[in-house]
Amino acid sequence: MDIIRMKNVKKTYKTGTTAIYDLDLNIKKGEFVFVIGSTGCGKSTLIKMLYREEKPTSGKILVGGLDVGKIRNGKVYKLRRKIGVVFQDYQLLQNSTAYENVAFALEVLGLPKSEIHPKVMKVLDLVGLKNKAKQYPNHLSGGEQQRVAIARAIVNGPKILICDEPTGNLDPKTSMEIMEVLEAINKLGTTIIMVTHDIDIVEKLKKRVVLLDSGRIVKDYKEGEYKK
Amino acid sequence: MKAFRILGRNVRDSFKSVFRNFSLSLASISCITITLIVVAVSIVLTLNVNNFTSLIEKDVTIVAFLKTDITEEEIDKLYDEIIALDNIEKENVVFKDKMDISKEMMAESETFRSIMQNWSREESPIQDTYQIKVTDINLIHKTADDLRKIDNIDVVKYGEGMVEELVKVFDVIRKVSIAIVVSLILVTAFLIANTIKIAIMSRKKEIEIMRLVGASNINIKLPFMFEGLILGILGSIIPIIITVYGYTALYNHFDGQLFTQFIKLIHPGAFIYLVSLVLLAIGMIVGMFGSYRAVRKYLKI
Ligand SMILES: Nc1ncnc2c1ncn2[C@@H]1O[C@H](COP(=O)(O)OP(=O)(O)OP(=O)(O)O)[C@@H](O)[C@H]1O
Ligand SMILES: [Mg+2]
Repeated sequence: MDIIRMKNVKKTYKTGTTAIYDLDLNIKKGEFVFVIGSTGCGKSTLIKMLYREEKPTSGKILVGGLDVGKIRNGKVYKLRRKIGVVFQDYQLLQNSTAYENVAFALEVLGLPKSEIHPKVMKVLDLVGLKNKAKQYPNHLSGGEQQRVAIARAIVNGPKILICDEPTGNLDPKTSMEIMEVLEAINKLGTTIIMVTHDIDIVEKLKKRVVLLDSGRIVKDYKEGEYKK
Repeated sequence: MKAFRILGRNVRDSFKSVFRNFSLSLASISCITITLIVVAVSIVLTLNVNNFTSLIEKDVTIVAFLKTDITEEEIDKLYDEIIALDNIEKENVVFKDKMDISKEMMAESETFRSIMQNWSREESPIQDTYQIKVTDINLIHKTADDLRKIDNIDVVKYGEGMVEELVKVFDVIRKVSIAIVVSLILVTAFLIANTIKIAIMSRKKEIEIMRLVGASNINIKLPFMFEGLILGILGSIIPIIITVYGYTALYNHFDGQLFTQFIKLIHPGAFIYLVSLVLLAIGMIVGMFGSYRAVRKYLKI
């Protein structure tokens, strides 16, 4: 069962730059896929279209059965609730504690406090931050902040987790710790698509790897095929 | 239930965020305060100008001089004819007997007194009059003409020329002052909306995160709109205090009239509360819509 289907997708920005050309990509439920490629090859553009931060210029994108290109602006939130997103720069609210940052994702859904608390504590435990729940982001290390961001992304149980260079700002050891967290989440059934420049990680984890060049997929390695 | 929870969270977060973003909130509140003070002053001025000009216009009286040989009966009949006309303030049609008029004139001046004191009713050249007030001063000319057509009325006078001039000048004054108030309110709205826009620009990230975690657009807009509302209310406090206490003090200081008895100030009573209400409404509405518009910008892809 494909949870993501991209068919003939093309993206040309208003500036005239075409970032993605005629791209076909299917991803199965529960897969872990790395997207790699040199700077400016269109990796971020590709995943932005998945959570509809950008609209495809042409082609069709199905995410969990939703036709992403057809979702109206006011309904984008319905898609966002099915997808968790994690960035290189964490995107945390600086004035809120780790707990509040994670709880925020459930508050906007209108969940009662009594339901929010156990869910937040559960994901904070999963990412190994149970004892730092009351800390503010600027009192947390980069790796810890990224764990908070991951916790926030998965707290409402999305089927898909999208990560854009989640280890980009972290040292190799911390990066590996983050990867362990992501693998654990993947094991629980969440499909993960991760953009990265860190080919050491890619080689080590032996997952499917999609290599992008100038907006096209030039190689789609099966699990364990990728070598530096 | 869910809607109430979201609403409750919005209100709570809005208050929190007013304090969290204190310096920006303060900038917005100061902007609202200053512009609303200017608006308050101009509203008070305009309404007072409107008030005293219409008071003066109300005071304009048409005097209809009756024929000298008129009988009591005809005088009564004449009254019915006058109030049957258009544009007459029926309760303000007053008959003045010529002897009463003489008495008034003699009381006013020694010269009149020496000449008039021996005139009998029959000899007196002074005429009985009806003093008439009109409902619409702009039509006074036509009403005077209508009166002239009535048989037993000899001469009609109301200060022709002068009155028209006055009405014209007052009209211009009123229109200009209202235009000033309206444009001031518009400028205020623009200024406030802009300040709020800048304040919200610094919170673009917050909005992006809200979108990212799946907050619906209305869910993102609401807290900002509440925040704008709160800023608007906070910003209108000082202007309202100035209006309530300042105007009352001014009114008492001048004893309700400015320089001459013709320029009467509006009594503070209900007036200051009305102006306060207008200020509050402007603050709230502009605060809310300023936020709404600023946030909307970030909700498009
Ligand atoms: N918002 C935008 N408007 C116009 N052009 C853009 C926009 N975003 C990206 N681009 C262009 O599209 C191309 C692909 O950009 P993209 O961000 O997808 O690359 P990337 O593979 O993520 O690069 P990096 O590894 O540096 O993050 C680039 O040429 C970039 O300049
Ligand atoms: Mg990128």
